[in-house]
Amino acid sequence: MIITKPKPFDEVLSFLDKGPVFIAGCSECATLCHTGGEEEVLTMVKTLEKKNIPVSGWVVLDPACHLQNDRRLLKKHKDALQKAKKVLVLACGNGVQTLAELLTAVDVVPGTDTLFLGETKRVTEFEKRCIMCGKCIIGILGGFCPLARCPKSMLNGPCGGAQAGKCEVDPNLDCIWDLMYKRLKERGQLQLLETIQKPLDWSTCIEMRRTL
Amino acid sequence: MSYRSNFERVLSEGKFAVTAEIGPPKGSDPNTIRHKAEHLRGYADAFNITDNQTAVVRMASIAGCSLLLTMKIEPIMQITCRDRNRIALQSDILGAAAIGIRNILCLTGDHQSFGNHPTAKGVYDIDSIQLIQIVKNMRDKGIFQSGDELLAGKPAVVIGAAANPFAEPYELRVDRLEKKIRAGADFIQTQSVYNLDRFNAWMDDVRSRGLDKKVHIIPGVTPLKSLKMTERMKYHVPGVDVPDTIEKRMKTAKDPKQEGYKIALELMREVQTIKGVHGIHITALFWETIIPDLVKEAGLYPRP
Repeated sequence: MIITKPKPFDEVLSFLDKGPVFIAGCSECATLCHTGGEEEVLTMVKTLEKKNIPVSGWVVLDPACHLQNDRRLLKKHKDALQKAKKVLVLACGNGVQTLAELLTAVDVVPGTDTLFLGETKRVTEFEKRCIMCGKCIIGILGGFCPLARCPKSMLNGPCGGAQAGKCEVDPNLDCIWDLMYKRLKERGQLQLLETIQKPLDWSTCIEMRRTL
Repeated sequence: MSYRSNFERVLSEGKFAVTAEIGPPKGSDPNTIRHKAEHLRGYADAFNITDNQTAVVRMASIAGCSLLLTMKIEPIMQITCRDRNRIALQSDILGAAAIGIRNILCLTGDHQSFGNHPTAKGVYDIDSIQLIQIVKNMRDKGIFQSGDELLAGKPAVVIGAAANPFAEPYELRVDRLEKKIRAGADFIQTQSVYNLDRFNAWMDDVRSRGLDKKVHIIPGVTPLKSLKMTERMKYHVPGVDVPDTIEKRMKTAKDPKQEGYKIALELMREVQTIKGVHGIHITALFWETIIPDLVKEAGLYPRP
């Protein structure tokens, strides 16, 4: 899931001027992150109105990153969108840009910061799992990705900094190599770690456009 | 008046500067650079040593510059943001200044996908404009990007930047130049000029904003060595604008190499007459030996 967090409200206000504002949320990741579901959208409507910033309408897109769905869902809000000077998007950076692509006559602004592709550990706890490098290597590393989960992206074993299985960069973070070692040992597959992993092909990571 | 470098002296005294590019070798042999530099000694005020140009691995620019310094030849160290983050870049700036490098050209860098290691991860932690600002702050305020203080010597370097008058959208090109000046550029070396009309239009805009008074503008000239090179520059090198007329001349010429030389000389003579132009930067790709003749025939020898 794409993990987002709400932007500081002052920053959001700095984008909005005097409005009127149309608010767009997202039914998927941002709903699950509690940053852009119906609840958060309605809270934002109230908060803005309290600040005397008129809200011309709102919608929860399904999902915001889907160009065709957005086009269809926004049709119903044509009048509200015409009244709006700003469209505040409570979705990931992709959602913001999909709307900016569709709505060319208004300022489309983000209400969230997009953090990473990660796992929901608990309702409000998320952890990075994937850097979308374009060529998955997890299969040879016991189901763990050190590119996403090791701050040094080390591919040939742990650095010397971890203590009691915790990362030197962030003591709240498990050392991914510690987890990997334990898992592979348990499964009798430690020989997997003997291979010298070669420098990666990052060209897949810089691919900007792909059609399937 | 004391100057940071000979190159800066030439520019500051209002003399027409000449710089030339020396590409380091794909190997560790120092003599390749020494030979090129010896051959070109005296024909330019300073020599750009490229930083893995077109993302092809070559000897480090800082090492090439060091070799020139031991020969008492002045280098301009090129430094790109492609391969180093802000920590390495600032460290290299300090190191460069320590060994006597006094001119630094700050670039974003050609994308790694064009070079001989297309699977490499590009760094691009900062861009060229940010790098210019960082070097300026290190030099003038004695602070690193983080705000941390330099404790033992500020790098007294002349800061250079690149500009491409031929890239679209044209209206943005001078805005971007102005940004580089605001960030702290002392001199500008441009993309190779072939399309004089376009270059003149850019210079008109530069002069109308008074930017030629704020920075030294040094257009690039790259002699075309063959028809093949002409076509490569015209159709395959992004950001280079070779007009059809020049392609045609190279196509119909009996001796394309001679014609390429003639075109380069014409361009050099022409840009010298443009108001606000402060020098010429010769990038003779795989043809560095031609530089002395060009400089002499263009009336730019001996150097001041």
